[in-house]
Amino acid sequence: MSVLRRITRSTVAALAVPAVLLALWWVLTADSESYYLPPLSQILSTFDDVWLSDRLAADVLPSLLRLLGGFLVAVLLGVGLGVLIGSLRRLRAFCEPVLEFLRAIPPPVLVPVLMLFAGIGDTMKVLVIVSGCLWPILLNTVEGVRAVDEVLVETCRCYGVRGRARLWHLVIRSASPQIVTGMRQGLSVGIILMVISEMFAASNGLGFTIIQFQRTFAVTEMWTGILLLGVLGFLLALLMRLFERRVLNWYFGLRQAQRGGSR
Amino acid sequence: MTVMTQTQTQSRTGTEVLLDVRGVRKVYEGHGRSVEAVRDLTFAVGKGELVCVVGPSGAGKTTLLKCIAGLLAPTSGEVVLEGAAVHGPPPGMAVVFQEYGRSLFPWMTVRRNVELPLKEKKLPKARREELIHRALDAVGLADVQSAYPWQLSGGMQQRVAIARAIAYEPHILLMDEPFAAVDAQTRADLEDLVRSLWHRLGVTTLFVTHDIDEAVYLGQRVLVLSSSPTVVLDDVTIDLPDERDQLTTRSSSRFAELRGHVFEQVQRAKKQSAPVATA
Ligand SMILES: Nc1ncnc2c1ncn2[C@@H]1O[C@H](COP(=O)(O)OP(=O)(O)O)[C@@H](O)[C@H]1O
Ligand SMILES: [Mg+2]
Repeated sequence: MSVLRRITRSTVAALAVPAVLLALWWVLTADSESYYLPPLSQILSTFDDVWLSDRLAADVLPSLLRLLGGFLVAVLLGVGLGVLIGSLRRLRAFCEPVLEFLRAIPPPVLVPVLMLFAGIGDTMKVLVIVSGCLWPILLNTVEGVRAVDEVLVETCRCYGVRGRARLWHLVIRSASPQIVTGMRQGLSVGIILMVISEMFAASNGLGFTIIQFQRTFAVTEMWTGILLLGVLGFLLALLMRLFERRVLNWYFGLRQAQRGGSR
Repeated sequence: MTVMTQTQTQSRTGTEVLLDVRGVRKVYEGHGRSVEAVRDLTFAVGKGELVCVVGPSGAGKTTLLKCIAGLLAPTSGEVVLEGAAVHGPPPGMAVVFQEYGRSLFPWMTVRRNVELPLKEKKLPKARREELIHRALDAVGLADVQSAYPWQLSGGMQQRVAIARAIAYEPHILLMDEPFAAVDAQTRADLEDLVRSLWHRLGVTTLFVTHDIDEAVYLGQRVLVLSSSPTVVLDDVTIDLPDERDQLTTRSSSRFAELRGHVFEQVQRAKKQSAPVATA
C-alpha cells in the first residue's frame, strides 16, 4: 500500500515540473512571431511528421543503440575496475591521482583524439560515451566497495564465503546503492555525449539530425529534435528509477527502518 | 614466542580438549601507538562444554574471540582447535557477533541469510532445506523466513544469527556478547534458548559476556578476565544443577554465592589495574 502510494507520489512529483515548464513554453510562445522561436503548438504539430516516420529507425534508433552500448560498456568497466581498485588499498593509492586527472578532462575534447584512433564510425561514438559515463560509475563503485561493513566481511570469512559468492553477495550487493548512483549520473552524461559525438562526424543520429536542421534553417524541425531529446532523457531517467526501485528495494527499507528507530 | 611445555589433553571437567588457547597475547599496532589488548591468556575448553568468558568492557573479550576465530593473528601464543593450530577461520566454527544488526546481509531474506554458508559448504539442496527448516524452527522463527532482517526486532535478528550458526553444524560455537543490546525479557528468553540448543545439539560453546549474572546462569564454567592488559583471573566451575530456570536458579543461594565470588574477582582486578596506564 504505502509503496504504491510512494511510487505514485514520486511519479507525480517527477511529472509536475516538466508539465509546468511545457505549459510556460506554450503560453510564452503562443503568439511568437520570431522565426527562431516558433510557437510550441507549431512545434508539436510538426513533431510527428518529422520523427514518427523513417527517422525513428534511421536516426533515433542508432543513437539509442550507441548510448545503450556505451553505457553498458561503461557499467561493466566501471564496476569491474571499481571493485578492483576499491578492494586493493595499494592499487587505490596508486590510481587515485590518475583517476582525478582523467576525470577532469571534459569528454568532448576527446572526440578529435578518438577520431584519430577509432575513425568516425560507431566505435568512436560509443567510445566517447564510455569515456564520459565511466568516471561517475567507477568512482562511486570505489567508494561503495571501500565502505563494505567490516562485520559482514568477517562474517563471510567465518562462514567460508569467498570467491565469486563473496564478490556478488558481499562486495557488489553492498556497494549497489553507490553503483546505482554512479549509473544514474553516468546515464545523464551519456545522453549529452551521445548528442555531441554525433555533431562532429556522423551520417545519422539525433544530434546529427538536429545540426542538419539548424544548418538548413529548418528551425521548427530543430526545435522538435530538442523536444524529443528532452522526452528521451526523461523516459530514460524514469527507467533508471524503476531499475533502482527494483534492485535497491532492501536499501530503502533498511534506511526507513533505521530512521524509524528499532522496532 | 613462548614455548609451551605443558600440553593439555584434558579439560577441567575431564573431557577431551577441543579448543586450547595457549599464552595468547595481542598488541594492536598502529599510528605510532600500540595497545596491549590481551596480555596472556591460557585456558582449554573440553568437547561439548559450555564455557562463559566474563570481563569488563574493553577487557579484550572481542579481541580474544577474534584470535580464536582466526580473524586476528595473535602477537604471540597460539590457538589450537581439534589438534590443529588456527591460522585462519577454521571450517568447523561458527560465530555470532556482537553487532547483530550488521552481521546479517540486509539484501537477503532471513532464509537466504541462513542458506548462504550452507551453499558455500556445497551441501545439496535437500540437505540445505532440512537444515534451514530445523534451525529456524529451533529458534522459533519458522514463520518469518521470507522477511528481511531490518523488518525484525533486535532480538529476532539475533535469533536469525543464531539460526545461521547452528544450521552450519559447527563443532564449536563462539558468541560475542550476543544479547548486550536487547531488552531484559528478550534477553532472558535468548539465554534459555542458548541453554536448550546446547543441550539438544551438544555443540561446544564459548560464550563471551560482560554480564556476571548471565555468565553464571549460562555456563558450566566461567573464565573471569581482568581488565586490560588482560589475563585469566579465575576459572570457576559452576556447580548449579543442569536444569536451569530463570526464576529458581537465579534465586538459589548457590547462584548468589557464585555470582558474589565472580563479582569479587572482577572488582579486585579493577582496583589493581586502575592506576596502570596502558601506553
Ligand atoms: N583494531 C583495534 N586497534 C586498536 N585498538 C583496538 C582495536 N580493537 C580493539 N582495540 C582496543 O583493545 C582493547 C580491547 O578491546 P575489545 O577486545 O573490543 O574489548 P571488549 O570486547 O572486551 O570490550 C580496547 O582498549 C580497545 O580500545
Ligand atoms: Mg566486545
